[in-house]
Amino acid sequence: MSRLQLDQALVARARELAARAAAPVVDLAATHTTISVERAQLRLAGLTGTDPVLGDGEVPWVNRVVDAVRDQVGLEHGVALPVWHALGSGGTLAELAEQVGAGTARFTVPEGAAADRAREAARTAVGAGIARIDANRARRDELVATHGDPPRRPWIYLIVATGDIHEDIPQAQAAARAGADVIAVIRSTGQSLLDYVPEGATRTGYAGTYATQENFRLMRAALDDVSAELGRYVRLTNYASGLCMPEIAVLAGLERLDMMLNDAMYGILFRDINPIRTFVDQRFSRMVHARAGIIINTGEDNYLTTADAVDEAHTVTVSQLLNERLAHEAGLADWQLGLGHAFEIDPAVPESFRLELAHALLARGLFPDAPLKWMPPTKHMTGDVFRGYLLDGFFNLAGALTGQGILLVGMMTEAVVTPWLSDRDLALRNVRYVLEAAGNLHEDFAPPPGGFIDRRAHTVLTEAVDLLERIAAHPQGLIQAVADGTFGITKRAPDGGKGLDGVVVKATGHYDPATELLTREVARA
Amino acid sequence: MPDDDRQDGHFGGAGGGSVVRPYGDTTGDGMVQTSFTLPVPPGPKAEGAALQLAQKMGIEPAMVVHSTGIGSGGGAAGDSAAFTFFVVYGSVRHLVDLDAVQVEERAYPLLSPGEVNAAVKTRLRRSLVVLGACIGTDAHTVGIDAILNLKGFAGEKGLEYYRELQVANLGAQVSVPELVHAARARNADAVLVSQVVTQKDAHLRNTRELAAAFREAMGESRPLLVVGGPRFDPAMAADLGVDKVFGRGTTPGEVASYLVHALVPEEEPA
Repeated sequence: MSRLQLDQALVARARELAARAAAPVVDLAATHTTISVERAQLRLAGLTGTDPVLGDGEVPWVNRVVDAVRDQVGLEHGVALPVWHALGSGGTLAELAEQVGAGTARFTVPEGAAADRAREAARTAVGAGIARIDANRARRDELVATHGDPPRRPWIYLIVATGDIHEDIPQAQAAARAGADVIAVIRSTGQSLLDYVPEGATRTGYAGTYATQENFRLMRAALDDVSAELGRYVRLTNYASGLCMPEIAVLAGLERLDMMLNDAMYGILFRDINPIRTFVDQRFSRMVHARAGIIINTGEDNYLTTADAVDEAHTVTVSQLLNERLAHEAGLADWQLGLGHAFEIDPAVPESFRLELAHALLARGLFPDAPLKWMPPTKHMTGDVFRGYLLDGFFNLAGALTGQGILLVGMMTEAVVTPWLSDRDLALRNVRYVLEAAGNLHEDFAPPPGGFIDRRAHTVLTEAVDLLERIAAHPQGLIQAVADGTFGITKRAPDGGKGLDGVVVKATGHYDPATELLTREVARA
Repeated sequence: MPDDDRQDGHFGGAGGGSVVRPYGDTTGDGMVQTSFTLPVPPGPKAEGAALQLAQKMGIEPAMVVHSTGIGSGGGAAGDSAAFTFFVVYGSVRHLVDLDAVQVEERAYPLLSPGEVNAAVKTRLRRSLVVLGACIGTDAHTVGIDAILNLKGFAGEKGLEYYRELQVANLGAQVSVPELVHAARARNADAVLVSQVVTQKDAHLRNTRELAAAFREAMGESRPLLVVGGPRFDPAMAADLGVDKVFGRGTTPGEVASYLVHALVPEEEPA
């Protein structure tokens, strides 16, 4: 593998600054909970379904119960103590939910021995969900051992997005047969701003398919079938982002998804979700992913779709370092860090391909054990599908040459239509040609020290360290930096954005069985 | 009948006539190239089917220059159906009458940022308030960002760069009532909305809803309504109830020039 000789003192400095910048974010997660973290507890304990009476029957029971607890006793102590105290006199979680629906459930925060009993019962119930996540992880290991991993890197990652799970399934299976190693089901536009997770198999998404537990289950089962047929374990990806990030992470663990999009800052910057809500939710979701053996994919490519890919290249590096720090802190191992970056330099810029190689090799050198996620051109895809096909070929070549771990297949019809069957087929032929013709070219490719690529990588790393210095200098680190608009021109204040009303400061004695069980595991790891 | 067109004798091209045909490598050869997929397994029958389609499209003679099976697909055809992808070249019999072509040509001059600023400053004598947003469920801010963000698009700086424009970008998934409220509160001169998601014609439905809401809330005093996105037809403005529609590839400079044309008086106030 070609490697750049990075200045190790600079690399060490970058990591030290990233840790300092991220520290206030970690503190936030320790001192706050959110409605979605609390709902995730109930999902782990097995509560499913929706209240058939409310609205059009779309409101999940977990929302109804958490809202009822909040109305009656507040969430400062968490949902577990009042819920399992109420269950102390008998009955199931589902029956309690129906009492909430009927308006007859009464919640109190127990104390003393009653609190001990509620804690114990909650730990057992939530522990059952975690045991299921553990069993899924073991099952994945078993299936990978049986069917095998893809025969080479990068893994080929392909998107389906029809809006209808029953259309997605045959498309995903066809894509796997055509060579895809990872299938991502794009979510319906707008799901990230829904403060509940829809239920059941869904057929009506906009530009994507709703992430639901049942859709997860159906797609994973379909890919298990095709994995057996192909003799290669085909992975499934979805999105743990938006207002329900912790719950989606839990559902992914419960239904054996293999990768999840899970960025520390994407929701804040691009969806205007409240920063505190996001940071608290992302820590919980990362602990779940760590436990479930799920590979996270971070969203640095998004910066480059709005900012210039040359001028702002260092913001990608900074975000990768922060994402790495926050991931390690939550218990994720290097092999689980699909840190993102993208091929988005304007092709009209002289030496654009060499610049791309420099940026990709910098990421490779900084994170040698992470399966980096390499994203195709989108910003400079113009509708000229012929030019786009060539650009995607260069993107594939850069991916092979720089040892990327996960390659998202670019479509020549990017920005024109959602991919047609033929677009996907042509795109996969492009990838196969490049990997078969030049997949091992990295063995011969060693950019000389002091050469163009080496110097460019060093420049970007230096700019990244400068930016990290500025972020770490803030007393509130990353939180203040986000408020000041350090990343792009968007300024996101800690008290602004969507979902702030779902953030609660924990009281002494707040009990969160999931975090307790997951933290124990992190400490052991 | 398309065949009749051949008989009028015009083969277009360099002759200066108003009738033209597609150009491959010889004037009047009518050559086009197209590609498509049929839900048919590859083979002679599939190629025959492709030729039949090409012929019905007016391509005659047609050549299937490439065909390849793309395995089992999905969707309505069922997952056992195989598909074939074709590339077809051939000559179309259709003629294009340039006199009958109607396009919306730009009815205003393209101005530089300096000229835009000067026009607003001297002729409007206050800054122009511009509000931008993505509405409905559309979370793709790439369009509105390309027009508004300082960074801009296609080498042109965005409207935030224009000193005399006071720009606020409300971002993604703004509801129409929120947008009406913000436009009123800020006394917006113009509201810019971008729409990327077009599934089930969401962009058209959202735009009509936008126009109706502004009409109802503000009547004649509503701000200038401008929508844009890659799948909009610029000729649809009146049909959608907005003042202007921008299509694919629109640059910030074009939008700024239009705002001057539509909102700034022609002459300096006396």
